[in-house]
Amino acid sequence: MSDVTLTRRHIVTGTAGLLAASGLTSLLPGPEARAAVKPLTVGFIYVGPKNDYGWNQAHAVAAKKIARLEGVKLIEQENVPETVEVEKVMEGMIRHDGAKAVFATSFGYWPNVLKLAPKHPDVLFVHIGALWKEGDPKNTIGYRGYMEEPHYLCGVAAGHATRTGKIGFIGSKPLYFIFNNANGFILGARAVNPSITCQVVITGDWNNPVREAEVTNSLIDQGVDVIVANVDSAKVVVENAERRGIGTCGYHTDVSELAPKGFLTGAEWNWAAGAQFVKAWQTGGSYPNLLRGGFRQDMVAISPFGRSVSAEVRSKILKIRQGFIDDTFKLYQGPLKDNEGNVILKEGQVIANDDNKFKLAVNFLVEGAIGKTGLKK
Amino acid sequence: MPPATDLGWWGVVIAVLGGAARVSTPYLFVSLGETLTEKSGRVNLGLEGTLVMGAMSAYAVAYLSGSPWLGVLVAGAAGAAFGLLHGGVSTLPRVNDIAVGIALFLLGTGLAFYLGKPFIEPVAPRLPHVALGAWSASPQIRAALEVNALFVVGAVLAPLLLWGLGHTRWGLVVRTAGDNADAAKALGYSVGAVRTLSTMAGGFLAGVGGSFLSLYYPGTWNEGLSSGQGLMAIALVIFARWNPIHCFWVSLLFGGATALGPALQSVGIASNYYLYGAAPYVLTLILLIASSSPRHALAGAPSELTISK
Repeated sequence: MSDVTLTRRHIVTGTAGLLAASGLTSLLPGPEARAAVKPLTVGFIYVGPKNDYGWNQAHAVAAKKIARLEGVKLIEQENVPETVEVEKVMEGMIRHDGAKAVFATSFGYWPNVLKLAPKHPDVLFVHIGALWKEGDPKNTIGYRGYMEEPHYLCGVAAGHATRTGKIGFIGSKPLYFIFNNANGFILGARAVNPSITCQVVITGDWNNPVREAEVTNSLIDQGVDVIVANVDSAKVVVENAERRGIGTCGYHTDVSELAPKGFLTGAEWNWAAGAQFVKAWQTGGSYPNLLRGGFRQDMVAISPFGRSVSAEVRSKILKIRQGFIDDTFKLYQGPLKDNEGNVILKEGQVIANDDNKFKLAVNFLVEGAIGKTGLKK
Repeated sequence: MPPATDLGWWGVVIAVLGGAARVSTPYLFVSLGETLTEKSGRVNLGLEGTLVMGAMSAYAVAYLSGSPWLGVLVAGAAGAAFGLLHGGVSTLPRVNDIAVGIALFLLGTGLAFYLGKPFIEPVAPRLPHVALGAWSASPQIRAALEVNALFVVGAVLAPLLLWGLGHTRWGLVVRTAGDNADAAKALGYSVGAVRTLSTMAGGFLAGVGGSFLSLYYPGTWNEGLSSGQGLMAIALVIFARWNPIHCFWVSLLFGGATALGPALQSVGIASNYYLYGAAPYVLTLILLIASSSPRHALAGAPSELTISK
């Protein structure tokens, strides 16, 4: 997106003028080409409710954008568990609704996708884990954004907002991308002020509102005054933090309206990048089977800034974002230590932003984090 | 609000105490309701469904009407309706109340998910709280002592229920129906009606307990809101030996134990968080074993209960 003050919600509620600015226009064919576009039914399958202010909503926002492509008809199903049930739902969409592209938007759907894809070579299966590897069916795609990049920007906002010098990161599961996000958040904050520390708390569940609320309150009791939560839906954490008058950053989708006072900005996916797969499938063009990307590939975004973020901080954050887009700014650069004192990167060592091998193996928290990954090194 | 000062380990203590008050209320209401129901000789295992239904209906009504207290009332009414269904069906001959309870558990959660779909996104007005900590300069203590009115209601209700069961006419009728159905019949009471009314009252309380979840803490509606609080509360009744006062303490203990893990993690004790998550359950097991005795294994258990027959 070219303008961060533009919210996804506005686009979804459908003003054509905003659509023009969303970057999607390039994907829409011109009027002369429209007649030739093949109609295509696209199915979206969600693991939870699609208006959850979280993971599922991020996908539902993308689905609505993809539905705007010429000739595309959208069908959706919510609350599909990561069991054989999802196979039945996909089969149903393919056989009864004639779906020719299916977006399976939960991590655990992948084995089921691999099972069905060879049976339906005329259907494109898109999965959000970026788990595709050589030898997997050609009609499957895995894609995922580098969320540590917007987390870095959230960290910069947090670093400017914190008065106690203590910020908090609430994670769901001890997984590499959660730690990447935590590291991005901490690195961003400490770039503002190297004495900032960040409490990292893992709840152990994707969705456990009572525990998330308890963790939020405990962190605030410890003096933390900016929190970001990497759980299925940040709604509970953001609302509870707002009630206690501290700052928050969002995750997955735009949650700014839940915290009119304390919201800074948020790390958002841009799953609508999947529109390119649909278009390629429609026209018989080529597509990648595996796609990971950050700001440079337009696969992540940040939420509109909250009121408390000053113009100066805003422009600083946007400048760093431009650095990610131009690939002149690297998230992991030496010298870098983890929070146990081990050297991760030496002076001068730089990790490319698209170095998947490094990022997928992240099992450490950077210096300044208080907490443990709990992973074997 | 001034920035919070570093309290270190005191922060853990305050978080656990505050957490006890915050987390315990749904357990308290459900366990008080179930105590009443079980005292009349029925087990209502469907209270988890009632709790979720109460949470959803309270949130929906509070959002639509703008009044959280109306939401609480409707949650109670929805709970009572479920209680009526349970009580009515269980009164039919050869119907097992445990099986009916499981059916209503599934019906309640399913119905709440179905009807609650449009209310996941909107933000409903929240129940007010009483600032018992207004005297303190410390934001942590003020936050910990922000006590919801429903918690106070529950705390008053516990001794009231104990007194009512032991010292009033209706208490005697309920206990008679629960301990000896034939005696109740001989006295001219309809056992089915007494039990149905008790189940309705229990359902009302469970519904109100659900409204606390959605309208106060954590204060949202989504399908993962209750992580089995309703089921756990039913187990707490047995643990509390069908004594309302014990229900109160046990609920507090359970709430505090739930808050322990997050509190420890927030001071940097980060290993074994899954173990902390299990702390309330482990604690319950330990206390259950420690307090058990081969001589009076189910002391206080109403003898008409399906489980004690």
